[in-house]
Amino acid sequence: MEGRAEDLPGPGGRGAERAAARRRRDRRGVTIAAVSTVVVLGGLAALVLTSSGWPDVRDTFFSWSVFKSSFPEVLGGFWLDVKLFLIIEMAVLALGLVVALVRTSRPAAMFPLRIIAAVYTDVFRGVPTILLVYLIGFGIPALGYFDNESVFVDPLVLGGIALALSYGAYVAEVYRAGVNSVPPGQRDAALAVGLTETQAVRHVILPQAVRRVGPPLLNDFIALQKDVALVSILGPQEAFRIAQIEQASDFNYTPLLAAALLYLAVTLPLARVLDRWDRGQSGRAV
Amino acid sequence: MTSKFRVILILCLTALLALLAGCGDDDGSSSADSGQSAADCNPEALETVTPGTLTVATDKPAFPPYFVDDDPTNGKGFESAVAFAIADELGYAEADVKWVVESFNSSYAPGPKDFDFDVNQISITPQREEQVDFSSTYYEAGQAVVALKDSELAGATSLDDLADAKIGVQLGTTSLDAVNETIQPSEDPQVFNNSTDVINALKNEQVDAVVVDVPTAFFLTAVQVPEATAVGQFAAPGGDEWGALLEKGSPLTECVSAAVDTLRESGDLAAIEEQWIQKATDAPTLD
Repeated sequence: MEGRAEDLPGPGGRGAERAAARRRRDRRGVTIAAVSTVVVLGGLAALVLTSSGWPDVRDTFFSWSVFKSSFPEVLGGFWLDVKLFLIIEMAVLALGLVVALVRTSRPAAMFPLRIIAAVYTDVFRGVPTILLVYLIGFGIPALGYFDNESVFVDPLVLGGIALALSYGAYVAEVYRAGVNSVPPGQRDAALAVGLTETQAVRHVILPQAVRRVGPPLLNDFIALQKDVALVSILGPQEAFRIAQIEQASDFNYTPLLAAALLYLAVTLPLARVLDRWDRGQSGRAV
Repeated sequence: MTSKFRVILILCLTALLALLAGCGDDDGSSSADSGQSAADCNPEALETVTPGTLTVATDKPAFPPYFVDDDPTNGKGFESAVAFAIADELGYAEADVKWVVESFNSSYAPGPKDFDFDVNQISITPQREEQVDFSSTYYEAGQAVVALKDSELAGATSLDDLADAKIGVQLGTTSLDAVNETIQPSEDPQVFNNSTDVINALKNEQVDAVVVDVPTAFFLTAVQVPEATAVGQFAAPGGDEWGALLEKGSPLTECVSAAVDTLRESGDLAAIEEQWIQKATDAPTLD
């Protein structure tokens, strides 16, 4: 690290030469990156575009006229997805937190609840979400306890419950990881200054735990946002179902593309928020 | 770093767009219908997927009255019988007919198909004909409204009585269009993946009524849900004609169509229909 002065650009110094060399190197880097990207992506594109079936694929998957005619209907269904997502997400956050707190609780009397919470997370994380939606969506009405005006035969309610149970299990584990990542000394210190066990959890452990698990929680948000489409198997006409209806009526898959773009329109910004959050967290370097 | 990345991205996108545009020009070469005269409709001349064998597809499970015992190969059920009759007309022995499973949703995907034709209660529409070939019509179906016997809707006498009902239909069926255009219910119909789900939704009272093809309704009320009744029937807007589905531009389309036409003219088709689909449901016509 000697000879720093020479790095400074200026007449006569070697700094100008070095700066020029660095620029050349950078420029060459950009050129190589661009060429290799064009070769790789262009090669892939050429492979697809020159295939004998490409005209058929273009007509059935990327038909602009079908896209235009189906997009408004799919968009209409998408609001249902957004509403469902927001409501289910709140239920998931609450359910996950309760389960995580039970699982990390200390009192001996809580043992049976800890068992139930552990079994719940294991089972509901282990069962495919689509199966849960089927089981709850068709199983609960089949019990015959509810007449057909009841909310418990409403497919939106039942599908929402199934998704909340599934994602609640994932989110509970995320919270639990957060709680466990708080050093035990924090709790000891809180108790030492006279806080009760509950106060220590509420004011010392949880705030630290939740801050740490922000990114993984947002990750589960994004997954749930897409999985809301599973409710469609119970009948409601949300974006994916409307796209399927249009697809089956015209034998053209383009409406599915319209639905995919709508989901992306929500998940991409969420992913960027997550990136920024992550950067902020690591920059803080606790 | 970011700006460098952006430069690369823009360069690549431009290159891609140029490629796309270049390839966008050669159009219309995809499907050239190859005509074939009726004389060529025999196992030696037909370009089937497997030479000498006629490969026929349908979905699984295959439901009555179109198939029996979920086994298309037994020749029982309306569509199984129609398929074997077409095969016979083309000169294939029963042993030379091979059945494969093809779900409705993949039957119209672009690309090579592993079947010669598909019989799966598929309605012919102009939009669909842009993607696949259809044979001549082998059946024309009406729509039936089915409700539980003890429900209010069981006494419905007009389509107006159904206006406020929760109605269930199956995805990809003409029944959905029929409900939307003819009944126009105040609440969006619920659209299920398959007929099993439609039937369960009716049984569980998740919906007040379901709308299905008339032959389906007959089997549904007779066997699957005896506590249900066909409330009435109505014609789907624009009619609902079923045809065998073939790959777009298939060399077999004309021969299969010719076989269906012959079967209709000879009265064989009517006999098959008589045997497997009890036409005269006593359900009144709703309007």
